[in-house]
Amino acid sequence: MTAMPLAGAPSAARMRRLNIAGGIISVLTVAAAVIWAFPMYWAVITSLKPENETVRPFIELWPETLTFEHYRFALFETQIGRWYLNSVMTALGVTILTVASSLLCGYAISQLRFPGRRLLWWLILASFMVPTQVLIINHFELVAGLGLLNTWAGIILPQLIHPVVIIVYKQFFDNVPKDFREAAVMDNASEWRILTRIYIPMNWGVTTALCIVNFIWAWNAFLWPFLAVTKTEAMTITVGITQVNDAFGVYYARQLSAAVLAGLPVALAYLLFQRRVTEAITLSAGIKG
Amino acid sequence: MLRHTTKETLIALALVTPFVAIYGLVFVYPTIKMFLLSFTDAPLIGPGEYVGVENYTRLTSDRRFDTAFWNTAYFVLLSVIPGTFAALGIALGVERLGGRLQSLVLALFFLPYILPVSVVYLIWDWTLNFQFGIAMHVFDLLGIQRVPIFKSTAWFMPAVALVTIWWTSGFSVLLFLSGLRAIPKEIYEAAALDNASRWTTFRRVTWPLLWPVTALVLTIGLIAQLKIFDQVYLFSTGGRPNDNMVMVYYIFQRAFQSDQGGRAAAIAVVLFAIVMIVSVLNFQLMRLSRGRA
Repeated sequence: MTAMPLAGAPSAARMRRLNIAGGIISVLTVAAAVIWAFPMYWAVITSLKPENETVRPFIELWPETLTFEHYRFALFETQIGRWYLNSVMTALGVTILTVASSLLCGYAISQLRFPGRRLLWWLILASFMVPTQVLIINHFELVAGLGLLNTWAGIILPQLIHPVVIIVYKQFFDNVPKDFREAAVMDNASEWRILTRIYIPMNWGVTTALCIVNFIWAWNAFLWPFLAVTKTEAMTITVGITQVNDAFGVYYARQLSAAVLAGLPVALAYLLFQRRVTEAITLSAGIKG
Repeated sequence: MLRHTTKETLIALALVTPFVAIYGLVFVYPTIKMFLLSFTDAPLIGPGEYVGVENYTRLTSDRRFDTAFWNTAYFVLLSVIPGTFAALGIALGVERLGGRLQSLVLALFFLPYILPVSVVYLIWDWTLNFQFGIAMHVFDLLGIQRVPIFKSTAWFMPAVALVTIWWTSGFSVLLFLSGLRAIPKEIYEAAALDNASRWTTFRRVTWPLLWPVTALVLTIGLIAQLKIFDQVYLFSTGGRPNDNMVMVYYIFQRAFQSDQGGRAAAIAVVLFAIVMIVSVLNFQLMRLSRGRA
């Protein structure tokens, strides 16, 4: 069947023009994305070159000699393994403590009536506005007073202020239909049972998402772990790779291999759980995605 | 009935206890202590004498505080507004693409946001390296004299702002995308029927309907960038930290390098007040604009 000229024929030519413009925009977007990601590619590629190739005066998009020597060095001849362990343990600690305490508290605020509920909710909303950076002096005093400098607990404690987690939980628990609760109460189910058999299972998705982003936030934390630690063996990886220069010297490729190692876990977490991560991040901005 | 509520209260208290304990220890207590500390001449750790508002009055004639304040404002200006427009442009471009290509392109734009600041620092320190950085080839190409960017006061803030935009835009892109997807398709169909040009459609449909998201992105950016420290600190190593001073850096310097807890706390209180005022104003504006819509 041949296409019949439609009533809006003049606009067909116009549409074609629009489509060409649209095509150009698409091509530009893809090109911009490639340029945007290029510094990351360049860092990875540099880390795979022998040191003498990194300082050549021309651009080589692929190493002439591919080498993993810098990774061997970073992994076996620096304290990076130790820093990895510190990062994993502190990020896990922050994640578990934040998510668990926020879940319980969010449930109580959402579902139970108790004195002080309004005050508590108000305090949480208020803390949303307080920049934790201004508390560094007093966090230091607190953590030092407890004798926790250079420990995992000391790195974890001040990072437990994430009101957004509790706000998200309250929203989700508020949205669970009341019928479930009423039916369970009729069956004489205890609060704990209602929470663990209804509210938590119905919100596994949001819990997973919150855990992943909390882990990423804690892994990426810089200011506090940087202040809480003075010994190189107690550093997290984000602090270690920038503060211990003698470990890497002015070896660019070596330093970038450490950067790749530090970024890899969170980059992988994102690429594996892309949808969950973006969902949680949009949620945390107060928009339902 | 009464017994039932008592039981409910007890259960509730048990459930909120871990959170309240943590919050009391790491949020309420330090916040109160910060205010008290700002009226003393205490060192970082240890007691001090009450000195009234002296720490605050000193700030009025403190030139480094001035630098920190204006640099922070300058950085906010350089990063938030261009960053918002960059993110809007990216979101509009990404939204047009379909399927796999769209997820891939979005991932490329979003990936930097996931990286730790130290990694971002090492990547850009290398990319913009004075001698061997690949960006310097671009400088040569454009005929600009090569400069040691992070050692030059004029280049420092714009460069750090650029890196910050690169690092954080992914987040704003997500918000813009969810905003774009919330605009009903019928409105675009109607605009197409009216033969509206691409630009008119954007100006009359997309931009006004997207405005609440734009406002959100702007204010989240504003509040986040007032607290800038990490990038400035990292890129200043071996450079001129005192010329690139920002508010949080100044708190850090007074407290941890000059051992003046009281004076640092006064700066912290000022920053705290600024962020609170901006947040409250923003909240009120949002409420107003929501009431109007």
